[in-house]
Amino acid sequence: MGEMEELRKEADNLKDQITEARKVVQDTTLQEAVAGTTLVGRVQLKTRKTLRGHLAKIYAMHWGTDTNCSKLCVSASQDGKLIVWDTLTTNKVNAIPLKSSWVMTCAYAPSGNMVACGGLDNMCSIYNLKGKDGNVKVMRELAAHTGYLSCCRFLNDSEIITSSGDCTCILWDIETGTEKTIFAGHLGDCMSLAVSPDFKMFISGACDFTAKLWDIREATCRQTFSGHESDINAIGFFPNGNAVITGSDDATCKLYDLRADQELITYQDSGIMCGVTSLAASLSGRLLLAGYDDFNVNIWDMLKAERVGVLAGHDNRVSCIGVSSDGMACCTGSWDSFLKIWN
Amino acid sequence: MPGVINMDELTDVDKAKMERDQKKIEVKLERWMTSKCCTEFMEAVQAGVEEDTLVKGIAEDKNPFKELKGGCVVC
Repeated sequence: MGEMEELRKEADNLKDQITEARKVVQDTTLQEAVAGTTLVGRVQLKTRKTLRGHLAKIYAMHWGTDTNCSKLCVSASQDGKLIVWDTLTTNKVNAIPLKSSWVMTCAYAPSGNMVACGGLDNMCSIYNLKGKDGNVKVMRELAAHTGYLSCCRFLNDSEIITSSGDCTCILWDIETGTEKTIFAGHLGDCMSLAVSPDFKMFISGACDFTAKLWDIREATCRQTFSGHESDINAIGFFPNGNAVITGSDDATCKLYDLRADQELITYQDSGIMCGVTSLAASLSGRLLLAGYDDFNVNIWDMLKAERVGVLAGHDNRVSCIGVSSDGMACCTGSWDSFLKIWN
Repeated sequence: MPGVINMDELTDVDKAKMERDQKKIEVKLERWMTSKCCTEFMEAVQAGVEEDTLVKGIAEDKNPFKELKGGCVVC
């Protein structure tokens, strides 16, 4: 038997053992467990603000988290700009011109001091918002990925994690501009990442249809979650960090529990046939807001796995969605060039 | 720096080894019963739901995103 065949056989054997081990602990399904709970009431959110200013498709947005900027958010558009918005007044706090207009992701540092973005330039550019002269300048350009930058998230002012079309994720030292750790293992483009609430782990979703949980400091992949039948475009942690939510081109979202190491439920409807582009959980985790290719956002009761609302208001694909850190509002960004704030 | 890996440079055998080694790690995981996970999941959701604005709604006068009356917004 050739080496390849042997390795494949070993891996398949181990995968079968993992499937068995997951079955052994499956003494109930979430559907059975929630049978006695009531469906959450119909959710009807209204557009409270429309953020106008971008001149092309919006690809990403991210809320600030620090108490000073919990109502600020940053958005990235292929008009070549990053805009930091005050969502209460709809004023633009910063409008940052980018070297490359092919941006696919943006992030707000937890401190509020920096924002980052990247895309088809294969780089992650870090901007200092609090420079002495008030001008926003590029602080670092993190270059090492050999594919597009699909997502980035700050751990703190000196570390950021990126995911890429080159199938890897990287933990960077922002001060030195170098790679601290490369997380390899996905067999397809990494499309999205999310950091755990305690900042010790992160999850990545990829075009190999799997999601992986990584230990940041140990630099290892702890768990791999399968089940999706197409690319995973969006990923997020359930608010308490014990579960992972994924959104895929297969038109479904899934909830995976980290301790049971398996899927607890799938959010799907025979009437929904287009891919999920983005997702965010409400503050308690009761609601899952997911953006789809058909220009809508569906709101799911996360316990009962039923749709309880729709956000209709954009004239093109909803590419990004986020819930503010205090849970007071959700923001949607679209290819129609607008962002909307809802609650 | 740990693991300099350029995925383009890995051979199929390298990738198969990585996959095999990864599954060796994952097979050892201690897994919780799903009943325990589901209970905790339900409790976590229900614990926070009263403070969850998107679920409970918010009174117009308490909504920080309410329409600003009067004045003008300069963009």
